Amino acid sequence: MKGGFVKNLPKVYGLYTGGFAVFILLMAMAEQAGVSAKNIGVMFVAFTVLIYAFIGYLSRTIQVDAYYVAGRQVPTVFNGMATAADWMSGASFVALAGGVYFGGYTYMAFLVGWTGGYVLVATLMAPYLRKFGCYTVPDFIGTRYGGNLVRACSVFVLFIASFTYVTAQINATGTIASRALGIPFEAGVWVGLISILICSMLGGMRAVTWTQVAQYIVLIIAYLIPVFWISNKVGGGVFPHLMLGDEVARLGELEQQFGLVKNSAADMKAAGVPGGLKYISGTHAGVPEGGMAVWKYLSLAICMMVGTASLPHILMRYFTTPSVKAARKSVAWSLFFIFLLYSSAPMLATLSKLALMDPNLPTGIIGKSISDVQSIEWVQRWSEVKQVFIADFNGDGILQLNEWFMRGDVVVLATPEVAGLPFVISGLVFAGGMAAAMSTADGLVLAISNALSHDIYYKIIDPKADTAKRLLVARVLLVIIGAAGAYIASFRLTSILGSVAWAFDFAMSGLFFPLVLGVWWKRATRQGAIAGIITGILSGLFYLLWVYPKFSVPIFGGVNTPFLGIDHLRFGLIGAPICLVVMVVVSLMTKEPDAATQKMVDDTRIPTGKAILGKQH
Amino acid sequence: MSNKDAYWAKTKNHMIVTLVLWAFFSLVVFMFGSELNTMSFLGYPLAYYMTAQGSLLAFVIMLFWTANKQEKIDEEHGFSEREED
Repeated sequence: MKGGFVKNLPKVYGLYTGGFAVFILLMAMAEQAGVSAKNIGVMFVAFTVLIYAFIGYLSRTIQVDAYYVAGRQVPTVFNGMATAADWMSGASFVALAGGVYFGGYTYMAFLVGWTGGYVLVATLMAPYLRKFGCYTVPDFIGTRYGGNLVRACSVFVLFIASFTYVTAQINATGTIASRALGIPFEAGVWVGLISILICSMLGGMRAVTWTQVAQYIVLIIAYLIPVFWISNKVGGGVFPHLMLGDEVARLGELEQQFGLVKNSAADMKAAGVPGGLKYISGTHAGVPEGGMAVWKYLSLAICMMVGTASLPHILMRYFTTPSVKAARKSVAWSLFFIFLLYSSAPMLATLSKLALMDPNLPTGIIGKSISDVQSIEWVQRWSEVKQVFIADFNGDGILQLNEWFMRGDVVVLATPEVAGLPFVISGLVFAGGMAAAMSTADGLVLAISNALSHDIYYKIIDPKADTAKRLLVARVLLVIIGAAGAYIASFRLTSILGSVAWAFDFAMSGLFFPLVLGVWWKRATRQGAIAGIITGILSGLFYLLWVYPKFSVPIFGGVNTPFLGIDHLRFGLIGAPICLVVMVVVSLMTKEPDAATQKMVDDTRIPTGKAILGKQH
Repeated sequence: MSNKDAYWAKTKNHMIVTLVLWAFFSLVVFMFGSELNTMSFLGYPLAYYMTAQGSLLAFVIMLFWTANKQEKIDEEHGFSEREED
């Protein structure tokens, strides 16, 4: 692919989008003709994955800069789409609306956190890292501060943060593949892994970029069509984002009417509620009272924002733009594309909740007789796989709000069915979830293997390696990292490994301040950076071990009460400040960086002129 | 003050302005969640609207604005990149 391809991008992806629309119509016709729901799901996932694999194959390369940074020729808007796909994980796609459904206002701190972080990326990081000309995030830290130790430390942080994240993504890919294709979860994980590797192995960053754009198009279509369709169907208005005010108010009334009851753990255990299923016990739009509630909201938002700005698989997307100016604009476009999905998640949650709760709607189930509800087709199907559950606590035979249990994912996966949309839409949603999970997994696996191959192998172990050998090592590592992630995911350890939020906390503990101060503070020294990274990541890690109830480490005295409400989702608030203080103190105690380093920082700050690191390095 | 220093001073100021706006929409607004929720916007309670959509939209607009402003600063000081073809 040469300049011609880049110029023709709008045409290529326009045709692709049109082709996908035709495919959806064909599937709709197939459904009418009597093809089973299951086969439609299989065809949706198989067709889209084959297209990604084809794009991955077309983008194969034997050049180092194409492999690491897509030849730095990805146009602004397309890089925005690729970043949005890279960013929005399988979890965002299937679980975000469910989180809002159950968590209401408090949960939406994640929405603010996962978007606000891009302001930090655009102002503090992206344009400067682009000017620097690095291939990976540790490449910047290693060159700015100088030396192998600081490079290795940053690779270590990158590895912990990205690997925590990638197992969750491969897990999501496996879950969706297994449901859509009707195969066991363990097999689904390996099918997912192979799809992920086909997209990235031959072409590295270049292949991942062009598949991510294709995946974004699929996932955004798959998310928005149901939201608009359902909104119109349940009378929410043609444009739900602007028109659901009455529905939100109506939910408040219904909450009053049914009452928000908290079940005791003993009751739930006695009734045999399957693990991971939740019920509504909080208000949808109400703000919890009290200073602690405000602090909980703000602290979560801060962790997610600062974490976003330190996640290497996101930062490295901005190394691929043609210029510094393009990198800045590209962050804005990324956030625009992310906004399209994130602003729709609360709307989907509102519609889904209303569809189930409003007795005036034909879809309403709360307040109806339990035997009637149990005879509804979708309730039966999702009960069989233990995704929904009914427990008649008060024994009156009527379904109360606190007697209806559901897994969060069901909000996205089943709402089309609940609202009576044709199955073709559910197949589309499966394809969207698969696209979201694959695109993030691709970006993460590539971020890890690039750091290991470029920063550890090439820069530290064998600086004389030729291009062929470097790319071979990069590809072998890619397969190893992917396989390791899939292996861990196949054990379903994710409930033990905890939340994807940890990836954000790890990244902010060890990388945020070394990156920011590397550009904005000339006085920051190598010793300061090393000390900051090590103390930041270790203090964060130890705090996590100390505070997370499931670990309950004996030497830390078992289960501990979070300090100032800083629980396991927020441990970056311990790591990052320690990293900052140590880095500043040690930097001031050591000799100021030499003239060459200071000049390097000066050059980084200006958009024009040569990059610090050459095109091939 | 050299041109480079002047450029960097302006860039720094611009960064601070952007981050103040950012802090307003991401943090300050939500310090007053319960107070704001008594007001309404488009029929939504205001704090709910801000966390579901408003602040997100503010970030998007802010990023386009901040990129354009920074480009103007680049041009003023002659550090603007040539358009690549």
